[in-house]
Amino acid sequence: MRQTSYAEALNEALREEMRRDPLVFVLGEDVGRMGGLFKVTQALLEEFGPERVIDTPISEAAIAGAGVGSALVGTRPVIEFQFNDFMTIAMDQIVNHAAKLRYMTNGMVSVPLVIRAPVCGGISLGAQHSQSLESWFVHTPGLKVVMPSTPADAKGLLKSAIRDDNPVLFFEHRLLYAQTGEVPDEEHLVALGVADVKRTGTDLTLVATGRTVSLALRAAEKLSEEGIEVEVIDPRTLKPLDTHLIFQSVRKTNRLLVASDGWSACGYASEVMATVMEHCFFDLDAPIQRVCPKDVPMPVAGPLQKAVMVSEEDIVSNCRRVLAT
Amino acid sequence: MQDDISREDRLDWYRRMCLIRGFEEEIHNLNKAGLVQGTAHLYIGMEAIAVGACSAMNSADLLTSTHRGHGHCIARGLDTGRMMAEILGRVDGYCGGKGGSMHITDVSRGMLGADGIVGGGIPIAVGAALGVRLKGDLSVVLCFFGEGASNQGSFHESLNLAAVRRLAVVFICENNLWALSAPFAEVTAGGSVANRAGAYGIPGEKVDGNDVEAVFKAVNEAAKRARAGLGPSLLECVSYRWEGHSIFTRQEIRPAEEIQQWKQRDPINRYRARLIEAKTAASEVLGQIELQVSEQISKAIQFAKNSSLPDSETAFRNTYA
Repeated sequence: MRQTSYAEALNEALREEMRRDPLVFVLGEDVGRMGGLFKVTQALLEEFGPERVIDTPISEAAIAGAGVGSALVGTRPVIEFQFNDFMTIAMDQIVNHAAKLRYMTNGMVSVPLVIRAPVCGGISLGAQHSQSLESWFVHTPGLKVVMPSTPADAKGLLKSAIRDDNPVLFFEHRLLYAQTGEVPDEEHLVALGVADVKRTGTDLTLVATGRTVSLALRAAEKLSEEGIEVEVIDPRTLKPLDTHLIFQSVRKTNRLLVASDGWSACGYASEVMATVMEHCFFDLDAPIQRVCPKDVPMPVAGPLQKAVMVSEEDIVSNCRRVLAT
Repeated sequence: MQDDISREDRLDWYRRMCLIRGFEEEIHNLNKAGLVQGTAHLYIGMEAIAVGACSAMNSADLLTSTHRGHGHCIARGLDTGRMMAEILGRVDGYCGGKGGSMHITDVSRGMLGADGIVGGGIPIAVGAALGVRLKGDLSVVLCFFGEGASNQGSFHESLNLAAVRRLAVVFICENNLWALSAPFAEVTAGGSVANRAGAYGIPGEKVDGNDVEAVFKAVNEAAKRARAGLGPSLLECVSYRWEGHSIFTRQEIRPAEEIQQWKQRDPINRYRARLIEAKTAASEVLGQIELQVSEQISKAIQFAKNSSLPDSETAFRNTYA
């Protein structure tokens, strides 16, 4: 296995799928000539040409609609939004169309569409470029939602998302793009809907998504020095959720903490908590807790941003809180 | 589609306009009988647009429709029995009762779907054109929308995107002068939808939407242009809806004399008179057609009524592929 960055792994996934299937194409702002704002679509234009790597106008609603329409006629569009915040402009096409068309036609059509977008908290871009809106889409039946935390998962999940016949929202993280990790040399697919145990442990289950997975792993190492063994689970696919693996872990550790970069109110962490409560209440030895950003928009200045975002320390202290009961 | 209009074409267009009219009138009756599930937006008065436009389509061409979509479906040759079954929420409807009037779809006829969101279908038409080009097809996409949708951002974004990519789309604005209670002039700057084409460097034309042959000619030209790779066009077909916004609408705020004036310009009566005057067909021949149409509608209603309401279990199917 070789070391590859998260961004390179995504680029490989796109390149391999575009080579495999001539109906896979990429569209979005600055994806061609520039190779994407964060270089995920780098050099695709040179290999696949302007009919399959489409630099669009700044028209998020039309980009999403064009994705839906082209998917309806049997192609496999992969849209890039530069920030997940910009998906708010395209919500009608994502929520009212992509998510609904299969159901409304009783299965007559399908919408094999992938929408990639980074979550960007942590680089002082402020309130309109730093949200983590994944729970909006998890809330909506008809969509699948993916959020990889490692280069290997990013590659394997994107390839599976492109091959999936449903609309898949694929959330990356700006801070992960440069992170490197081992990626298999051979064909590498990660099935949607399968969670991964990133670290085994016996004392506490810690479910973390996206960027918070690496924070969770560091927190777990720190607690391990004190003899506390935390099991870290990355759902990888937020919807459909691999509840089996999570329940199994909770039944072993009897304690749960959930970490997410999305706000707590009606957020992803809340959904995981509620699901575990419904199924594992009598297995729990302590109340479930969650670690989420503070309930304010994201500020720019370093100390303010730090005060709002989830940190490794927050995770450590909340682990202790769950273990104290 | 050939440029010449044959006698068979003309009689077929007359038949299809009558079919739309009769179908829509029956929905009123079925609604009074409590059989319509949900709402429906009737196309009465605007029949010439759908029939003229869809007659310019080849078999591989595609269309996107609107909340007021029955006319487009019938003009494109969808089965009236399955349409009515959908409107009555039955298992044999096009969507098995899950879509209703606003979501009738038949991809086998290139009908990509009616749409409950004003302006929602416009970027989808652009995407369909992008997709068929990638597949190497020469299909043209007809994109129907109302004048109300021409004030949505999706309209402007879509025209721009289609124009810069020279996509094979014919944008057909059905200007029926009222967006629910909002009069066209009061909410539309510039006073013209067709003129907005100029902003995107594409042809824009205002068409008499109550003249089936005028609509056919305009759409046929635009479709030929699109097929030749010359890009999209925008047509503004001016017409009028005779009925309220939907079958749920209780209050009519449009002036009664305006409605009367437009009824005098009935696209079906006008065409009937023209066919007789030009000796294309005698009144009796047209009467025969009208009779066949009402028989077809009776059969459609019977088919729909005989179809059962869906089993509740089907509510949980087909969310995902």
